Amino acid sequence: MQIIKKTNIDFIGKKKISFIISAVVAVIGIVGIIQIARGAANMGIDFTGGTSLQLKFDKPIPMEDARRALLKNGLETSLQEIKEGNKLLIKVGKANVPLGKVATTVEDVFKKEFPGNAFVVESSTEIGPAIGDKLRKDTLFAIVVSMIGIIIYIAWRFDFKFGVAAAIATLHDVFAMIAVFYLLHREINLLFITAVLTIAGYSLTDTVVVFDRIRENLRKQTKETMPVIFNRSINEVLSRTIITALTTLLASLSLLFFGGEVIHDFALALVVGILVGIYSSVFVASPLVAVWESRGQSGNA
Amino acid sequence: MSKGPAWRICLIVAFLFLSLLYLTPTLFAKLPSWWQGILPQDKIHLGLDLQGGIHLVMEVETLKAVEGALDIIATDLEDTMNSKNIRFRSSSRVGSDRVAVVLYDRGTSETVQKLLKEKYPRMELLPAAEEGGFISLSMRLSEQESQNIRDKSVQQALETIRNRIDQFGVSEPVIAREGTDHIVVQLPGIKDPKRAIELIGKTARLEFKLVDENMNPSVASAGTIPEEDEILYEKKVDPTTGSVTEIPYVLKRKTLITGDLLTDAQVRIDSQFNQPYVAIEFNSLGARLFDQITAANVGKRFAIVLDNTIYSAPVIRERISGGSAQISGSFTEKEASDLAIVLRAGALPAPVKIVQNVTVGPSLGQDSINKGLIAGLVGVILVVLFMTFYYRLSGLVANFGMVLNIIFLMGALAALGATLTLPGIAAIVLLIGMSVDSNVLIFERVREELRLGKTPKAALDSGYEKAFLTIMDSHVTTLITAAVLFQFGTGPVKGFAVSLSLGIIINLFTSLIGTKVIFDYFLGTGRAKRISI
Repeated sequence: MQIIKKTNIDFIGKKKISFIISAVVAVIGIVGIIQIARGAANMGIDFTGGTSLQLKFDKPIPMEDARRALLKNGLETSLQEIKEGNKLLIKVGKANVPLGKVATTVEDVFKKEFPGNAFVVESSTEIGPAIGDKLRKDTLFAIVVSMIGIIIYIAWRFDFKFGVAAAIATLHDVFAMIAVFYLLHREINLLFITAVLTIAGYSLTDTVVVFDRIRENLRKQTKETMPVIFNRSINEVLSRTIITALTTLLASLSLLFFGGEVIHDFALALVVGILVGIYSSVFVASPLVAVWESRGQSGNA
Repeated sequence: MSKGPAWRICLIVAFLFLSLLYLTPTLFAKLPSWWQGILPQDKIHLGLDLQGGIHLVMEVETLKAVEGALDIIATDLEDTMNSKNIRFRSSSRVGSDRVAVVLYDRGTSETVQKLLKEKYPRMELLPAAEEGGFISLSMRLSEQESQNIRDKSVQQALETIRNRIDQFGVSEPVIAREGTDHIVVQLPGIKDPKRAIELIGKTARLEFKLVDENMNPSVASAGTIPEEDEILYEKKVDPTTGSVTEIPYVLKRKTLITGDLLTDAQVRIDSQFNQPYVAIEFNSLGARLFDQITAANVGKRFAIVLDNTIYSAPVIRERISGGSAQISGSFTEKEASDLAIVLRAGALPAPVKIVQNVTVGPSLGQDSINKGLIAGLVGVILVVLFMTFYYRLSGLVANFGMVLNIIFLMGALAALGATLTLPGIAAIVLLIGMSVDSNVLIFERVREELRLGKTPKAALDSGYEKAFLTIMDSHVTTLITAAVLFQFGTGPVKGFAVSLSLGIIINLFTSLIGTKVIFDYFLGTGRAKRISI
């Protein structure tokens, strides 16, 4: 069976459109990063410090009532409802209660204000601001180190131009994931960063597949121009680019739909990352090298 | 048939056998008796997010330990000078690195200087200074000494916390030092996290101080009491309403006996009021001190202070010899038993501050495991269906490689004693998709070669050969980020990185060697006319 028959799509010719799309996505991603740095995005408490609780109630609990009750007791919170099983996710940023007492205070508020609705604490997390600071620095460091590692490896395996193009495509994927999460107002936490780094490594698979074929075809010493060779290479490997991503996508989707609330956003990040990864290896990485190589060619001629 | 496949099959069978061997304790709740001995016993370790429990990171306030050490020197010095009849104005800690003695005249300065040099050779004696007619002598703690004290305090805090947890009774706790002044405590499967945190985090500095009977606590304030006094409070909890009242006491600041001198502490029940109390036993030095103090202060009140809160302040009716005493107060039986534990385990050398506390209830953990399993199962089914549909028999071979991959990975996790976390399960589910990728690359290449008119055997061989470098590259790049994640990640993220890295390495083996064996077996003679791909 074959989903994708022999194709002949002019990927490189569409680079104007694709570069504009990518530029917009990258700009949103950069805005997202600036907002994250400013602390204006929806940050997880692992980066900001604070307290979060997951409570499971006996009966459904209206979110507005819960918010009002907490506010009345001096707790500014952000709430998220998990429909399945009457669960409530409560995140307390800054409170006038010392760390270590916030979780207890929240529990007391619910005991007092909703006496007829018993609950159990499914999880609670308290993180001091110093830990958050350290984690932010570590995370930034981890992202930079992985990027450098990837560039060095690809530059060593291919050549410098391919290395840079692969790194740009990878960065593009990272920006796109951040952009989507920023626009959807999803929480940026340690698990999200983990997903981003995983995709940074994984999405290179597709890029490497395309690059390998381009290099193989370049060696054949045909009289064809760069864009033609690039297009042919991308078309030749298009089916495997899509199918490899598809199988991983299937696994990620089953995580997204069946993995439960703790892993839900992580799976969402993976799904977004895999989709963006296919796009970037076809529409970002290869056109970049093509443009760069053509320039070199015409310059030499 | 070439020699190749034989050793490859042996390798696969050997790995399969080992994986299943290591997985047996995880898969079967009850192992037969003959399994004991050298066969693996450990189940796959579950992270706290899967089995429930608490993960605490505590910071030891080491500066307080240094200050405490200097306070002891200051008091000790005071006693020595008193016993030698040296007149002095004060002896106290200044800041967090020196002790200062203030004297009335130059004559005593010489004697005291000599005394300081002799008694505290490791402290740096600073030149004498005149301050408003008084002579001030200071000793400074060197940076290195101070560092030593800090270091020791963290070590000691670690030991004390371990003692407390041992006595509290938690199975498989993790208590470890992290960095310079952090202690990580993991208590899996704990039922009452609040009580455990209370027990671990309590400084538990027990002190006995005399009540200053000349002062009226109801009118006393920080400004009106003599310098050698202090005001502390006794907390009384009304058992019916739960409201807390604070009763002030004016105490002599000087600590007469500390918790260091205890040998034992046990919970007892008062037969008269049916109230729990803690019976304590002193060591010989403590018993002697207790005997002397009670003899000299009959009729006065003796306050029992824990972490600057008064538990009780009974009147000394008579001289108490024999070295036992009791601490009563308004506490429940649980509180009394926890108090006994912390007294037995000893005080922390410095207060600790909780900087991170992650508590996961057991129900959420089980829920996560179930959902992770379902997600994994659905993922496997989807991928298997797709691969079979798309690549037919060859797809089945790839599926076989994938299943092999998962079994090897689980076996490796069990064998290495790695910890499985929820993100770790996610990594395994992700690997279900990723592990067939290599075979997809190979199969697509084989199809291409077949279109060029090659025989199945030749197409397959060149497919494996040509896809090899691409597969290598894609694995290495994923491995780079997984390694970085492992380096910087903690807890759940580390679990993810471990599963992912192991899975990727194993996948190289299963997709390149594992599936090839099957093809070679069926196409080995090179006579096969067709390949189902």
